[in-house]
Amino acid sequence: MLLRFIAVAGAFLMLAACSSTPEPGASGPGGPGGPGGSSRFGPGSQQDLAATAGDRVFFAYDRSDISSEAQQILQRQSGWLKRYPNVSVTIEGHTDERGTREYNLALGERRAQAVKNVLVALGIPAARVSTISYGKERPEVPHSDDQSYAQNRRGVTTVN
Amino acid sequence: MKQDRSVLGVTWLALAALLLLLAPAPASAELRIDITRGKVEPMPIAIPAFAGGGGEEGKVGSDLAQVISADLGSSGLFRPLDPRSFIQNVAAGEGPRFGDWRQISAQALVTGSVQTQGDGRFRVEFRLWDVVAEQQLAGFAYTTTRQNWRRIAHIIADQVYKRITGEDGYFDTRIVYIAESGPAQKRVKRLAMMDQDGANHQYLTDGKALVLTPRFSPSAQEITYLSYASGTPSVYLYNLDTGQNRSVGNVPGMTFAPRFSPDGSRLIFSRSENGATNIYVMGAHGGGMSRLTEGNSIDTTPSYSPDGAKIVFNSDRGGSQQLYVMDSGGGGIKRISFGNGKYGTPVWSPRGDLIAFTKIEGGSFYIGVMRPDGSGERLLTQDFLVEGPTWAPNGRVLMYFSQARGRGPRLYTIDLTGSNQREVTTPGDASDPAWSPLLR
Repeated sequence: MLLRFIAVAGAFLMLAACSSTPEPGASGPGGPGGPGGSSRFGPGSQQDLAATAGDRVFFAYDRSDISSEAQQILQRQSGWLKRYPNVSVTIEGHTDERGTREYNLALGERRAQAVKNVLVALGIPAARVSTISYGKERPEVPHSDDQSYAQNRRGVTTVN
Repeated sequence: MKQDRSVLGVTWLALAALLLLLAPAPASAELRIDITRGKVEPMPIAIPAFAGGGGEEGKVGSDLAQVISADLGSSGLFRPLDPRSFIQNVAAGEGPRFGDWRQISAQALVTGSVQTQGDGRFRVEFRLWDVVAEQQLAGFAYTTTRQNWRRIAHIIADQVYKRITGEDGYFDTRIVYIAESGPAQKRVKRLAMMDQDGANHQYLTDGKALVLTPRFSPSAQEITYLSYASGTPSVYLYNLDTGQNRSVGNVPGMTFAPRFSPDGSRLIFSRSENGATNIYVMGAHGGGMSRLTEGNSIDTTPSYSPDGAKIVFNSDRGGSQQLYVMDSGGGGIKRISFGNGKYGTPVWSPRGDLIAFTKIEGGSFYIGVMRPDGSGERLLTQDFLVEGPTWAPNGRVLMYFSQARGRGPRLYTIDLTGSNQREVTTPGDASDPAWSPLLR
């Protein structure tokens, strides 16, 4: 959870100038809330997204299918995006390290696009959602075991 | 920058004339290494310090012998003898006393000299001797600027390699690769270049932008690679002569996995659109883009055959990652990999006879080779992660990167026979190597 907080902190700092004052000592997202929930973070911010909807979905090895669990998270993300119509997002597609570099770049792009397709199908204008792949270049968890790989195979919705 | 260019630019090297000192004697049947055999007993070779006057000449003469020894020794085909065992002091400039060299079991002997010319440049002469037959096999002289003496050493090592094995060497070459540092979650990756033996190491990018998969142009003057500098991962081109560094083609979407055509006129690469990744080709400096593959699969890591007629690539169109060959204009697609597991990063040998690849099977990674029709698959090495083979220009040695579990990646070379695996010395973690053609 600490790592996850560090990952979003960068985006959060960039947003600080155009959102409400961050709470000092915030200990990171407390996990996804229910649909329509609100958080103690700046409305429309990355941390608000992470806390109220969940900012990421996970994938099986070498797959880009959206699981039913992922579908629920994206449903909440679409609700959140509808609440903040001026927010646009970039979907980051990531893979685990157990593939070749170039193939993983393509797989990350395919995952990011799969997330985007769901959000668009749920009514978010495609122009508000862009994609980028990092392949295996930016793992969330720096360890070489199956649990870490599962955390690293992800699509992360990041507020622009 | 000016200083860099004088080091980087191959064209700036004043490698004046190769002067044949003596016509090589008729080939002696006994002094030859047959490198097509699986296991080769390395040939004992004596390489005493090159003769020179005092001061810098003497130092360079000794350094030349050391670099030539290191090159030939690294091939696994030669065993340079310990200079402390030498009986004759050829630095005095006289001809070889063959008996003295036979006594220490030398089969081949390299002698040479360094002289400073009137214009301040070095003139380096060398001779290769068959100690048993007591005859000269090769003799050349080279003139070069003083700072380029290492290239002369590599060129001489290539001459010895060629004269003894019958095949071109690969010592006068460079490696471009990705230098890595920092924690995995925010790894810093920089474009870096060095001589084949790790000397003259330099960084070409500052690490601010993520960069991946560099490849040399056939002239070794340009490097194409992937950079995130613009925000969108795209194909870039770095000109070693001018230092100019720019994205190519202004193509929308992610473009990656670039590689030059054998004649240097085109770039072949992957482009992702709406989740599908196809192979495209365009002019090496942008323009004239056309699409070579279609469909929703992932088609990536294209590599031309040396005659430019075919392209081998990696696709999951059949359900899992496999290797395919197609005509260079697109079409005629045939699957060539049929073993268990997944196959990626195919690279056509400069000789045209083999395709090297990365294979993933049963939780392990392998580097292997197969013929262009998919037959004769051989796996050369295996580890937790081994990936991204690149060919030495003579098609006899592969370089790749290897990573033990929980460790950073490093570069290694391995002989086509699967023997002589060696780590390539880099200042830090290293991945994505690409071997240049011979620099001449």
